[in-house]
Amino acid sequence: MTPAAPALMVGNLSFAYGKRLALDGVSFTVSPGQCAILLGPNGAGKTTLFSLITRLYDSRDGLIEISGWDIKGHSTRALARLGVVFQQPTLDLDLSVQQNLRYHAALHGMPRRLAEARIEQELQRQNMHDRRHETVRSLNGGHRRRVEIARALLHKPDVLLLDEPTVGLDVPSRKAIVDYVHALAADQQIAVLWASHLIDEIAPNDRLMVLHRGKIRALGSVEEILRQTGTSDIGAAFAQLTGTPP
Amino acid sequence: MTFLHYLRALLGIVKRELFRFVHQRERFVSALVRPLLWLFIFAAGFRSTLGVAIIPPYETYILYEVYITPGLVAMIQLFNGMQSSLSMVYDREMGSMRILLVSPLPRWFLLICKLLAGTLVSVLQAYAFLAVAWFYGIQAPPEGYLGLIPALLLTGLMLGSLGLLLSSFIKQLENFAGVMNFVIFPMFFLSTALYPAWKIQESSELLYRLALYNPFSQAVELIRFALYGKFASDPAIYVTIALLIFLAAAIVGYNPSKGMMQRKAGP
Repeated sequence: MTPAAPALMVGNLSFAYGKRLALDGVSFTVSPGQCAILLGPNGAGKTTLFSLITRLYDSRDGLIEISGWDIKGHSTRALARLGVVFQQPTLDLDLSVQQNLRYHAALHGMPRRLAEARIEQELQRQNMHDRRHETVRSLNGGHRRRVEIARALLHKPDVLLLDEPTVGLDVPSRKAIVDYVHALAADQQIAVLWASHLIDEIAPNDRLMVLHRGKIRALGSVEEILRQTGTSDIGAAFAQLTGTPP
Repeated sequence: MTFLHYLRALLGIVKRELFRFVHQRERFVSALVRPLLWLFIFAAGFRSTLGVAIIPPYETYILYEVYITPGLVAMIQLFNGMQSSLSMVYDREMGSMRILLVSPLPRWFLLICKLLAGTLVSVLQAYAFLAVAWFYGIQAPPEGYLGLIPALLLTGLMLGSLGLLLSSFIKQLENFAGVMNFVIFPMFFLSTALYPAWKIQESSELLYRLALYNPFSQAVELIRFALYGKFASDPAIYVTIALLIFLAAAIVGYNPSKGMMQRKAGP
């Protein structure tokens, strides 16, 4: 991989459920340190796209590369460089925070000492270290999400995928996660792909992608998209591109 | 990808399953209560109506409770295998199965680890049941309890891989009721768990044939012989072949490009 290469590259990706086309020729890249927000109404194809990038599904048409590794040909190498926060909760409620994170570290083959150091580091960063022995069941939604983000970062991925991670959270929890992930992309040069339908989660420097009915309708910086659509705010641009209010 | 990576992942998956087993006490209790009800109530009730002749591996006349104990051990594993499949469906709905499947290891390896972890839990449950049965007076020779370990591993893997295969087809949790009706009950009742094969043959040749071909019967017989310190080669071969078939089909079922997952998936 050359330094200029994108961390995540999706090229001409299509996918159908039976005869219904869910993704149609989707192409984009996300560079290291960039935070790309994937905006789209419900049913736009965001979750399908994430399922393909994480290789839960496979597509015959198109290409997905993570840090230069093709997800089909070199799936284990590609997945080793990917951190994911799914839309659904994925923590074991009966296990402690630490046990959940150790499980993830084991799946990534991390030696015990390294795993413990990373767990401490990530939990400290999320102000969750004091709660590491508590069961996940006893945590509120915002704290569970923080643990999931800590988990996704344990193996120091090049690409972080977040599928609507703030759904169901209160405003302060949402803001904390949005700020944290943006800082993370900038400080650690992680490429972030964040699926959302909430326009207030967008920062001025983010790259935007608007997905609607399986197609990318607009791609670029906030400024570029406003210019393309001739609108003054992202809400109006989104409404114009998708025909639905944000 | 090193050998150590594989080993760490295997240990991690097994440890997680054991932690879950320890934390979910009600799962353990219900796994134990079900066969004990059969042993204490059903078998006691049927003791006088069903006479069991001397059949291998037994060397003398036995009580009906003694006869059905291996079948109940296999029942524990059958339920465990199906429960693991239930937990896979549940996990997939809840998302933690996704975490397993997106880890950087071959999918077949992850599924085998999950299967092995579930099997170890079923072996613990089986021994807990046998301990209670021992105090109830159903006592096998000491070497039988040792020889039972490989048999239980094999039968547990076979029944677990059947569960794994089913879980690759089932999309929603609600469909699990169908598994109970169309898989667990027929497999259990159409087997040698509750009555010897010759008794079934007396009633119906067809049912006898079906019972013989039922992999669950073969699992029961493997366990029965092992518990009495004997190795039953035919059931062992049969169970191994069934294991390989179910496992291969399950791995195909979970393959992202070939399997059922994406065909049945919705957006």
